[in-house]
Amino acid sequence: MSPLHAAFVWLNDPANWQGRNGVPYLTYEHLYISLFAVLLAAVVALPLAMALGHLGRGGGFTVTVTNVSRAIPTLALLTVFAATSIGFGNRATIIALAIFAAPPLLTNTYVGIRGVDRDIIEAARGMGMAERSVLFRVEVPLALPLIAAGFRTAAVQVVATATLAALVGGGGLGTIINAGFGQQDQGQILAGGVLVALLALLTETALALVQRAVTPGREKRRTTRRAVEAADAVSVS
Amino acid sequence: MASLLAQDQPSNPWFTWDYVANNRQDILSALEQHVTLTVETILIALLLSFPLALLAYRYRRLAGPVLALTGVLYTIPSLSLFAFLAPFTGLRARTVLIGLVMYALLILVRNILAGLDGVPDEVREAALGMGYGRGRMLLSVELPVALPTIMAGVRVATVSTIALITVGVIVGYGGLGGLLLAGFQNNFYHAEILTASLLTVALGLTADLLLAGVTRVLTPWARSRS
Repeated sequence: MSPLHAAFVWLNDPANWQGRNGVPYLTYEHLYISLFAVLLAAVVALPLAMALGHLGRGGGFTVTVTNVSRAIPTLALLTVFAATSIGFGNRATIIALAIFAAPPLLTNTYVGIRGVDRDIIEAARGMGMAERSVLFRVEVPLALPLIAAGFRTAAVQVVATATLAALVGGGGLGTIINAGFGQQDQGQILAGGVLVALLALLTETALALVQRAVTPGREKRRTTRRAVEAADAVSVS
Repeated sequence: MASLLAQDQPSNPWFTWDYVANNRQDILSALEQHVTLTVETILIALLLSFPLALLAYRYRRLAGPVLALTGVLYTIPSLSLFAFLAPFTGLRARTVLIGLVMYALLILVRNILAGLDGVPDEVREAALGMGYGRGRMLLSVELPVALPTIMAGVRVATVSTIALITVGVIVGYGGLGGLLLAGFQNNFYHAEILTASLLTVALGLTADLLLAGVTRVLTPWARSRS
């Protein structure tokens, strides 16, 4: 039986769609690990990036964080965390993934806030706005398209990286691939690969739509270009 | 009671020179595999990326599809890519190599194109005015001007390749990733896990610094300007 045929058979076996090792549960687990990781990263990265962007400091810091994070293999951090007292399984995975989700959020938010037209900010100050209002009522709304782009990059990366948790005792869709390699089941390996790739592509498409929705029409081209530049900092996982 | 309990737990420090000394051979061979795979990946990716990028540069209509395909491929997780390849290419080093070359290729093609697009029109016109042909202009004007951007791509591709090789452990060729997973499976052998992690990060940062040095040597004009 060819690997393709075996994968087709695996995907059509009802047993693979039931219980805690079934595709629906593993997909749910994969998504909630990813969601919590992105939220955790956002809680740390967004306030920091907003403060740095507003004050106009720390451009070098964000670049350094991004460069160093690229050199750290996700698998290494996942393994280190899985072997500590934070414990096995999903909590360790969520923290490790959050660390990799932070740099794109940090960079995009920083670049977005720094990119707000200085004249607009001067006008806001001239109207007597307090610094806090300048940040939350002028800079953040105008930076929203880029912040959304940062969320998209971070989330897509986290969904992709969450797959690796399976190698070190974690859950999610990666367990299908890992167990497939363990049993040398070609069909399962390929089926797992297809499911993971589909989830990654669906996440990317869904969040691209969200990003478009929060981007005003005339800004679309410009924001896409700047988001691509900011996302250059990001790596595959 | 507490001391009794403590004695029951064998000590498992995060770093000891004992581990390094006792497993020197394993560490060195994992490191060697890691470096070999990295060098092979980048060389093959460079060889393939230049013709592709030049094609997309000359025939602008190709650039859109090439970059779109790049984006889609980049979204696919490495473990998934290895899962696509392994049933056909087997549990061998070439499975890791093919997967990593694909990712590196994407980074390189995009940066070579960006570099060539960044050559100012005046420079190109001046070269044409001096009687340069297309081929000579590409080799002695356009590529040198694009070099800093191309080298930036080579640096990103190299550092991410070094990090990604660890995932190759799934098909048995993960370089230092092999030690990571062995340490995890060997009752969370902390020293093995952390040594492998630190070596991978150090390898990535060293390669980045080396390539930054190469860029400086290759582009003396950029150096004197800054």
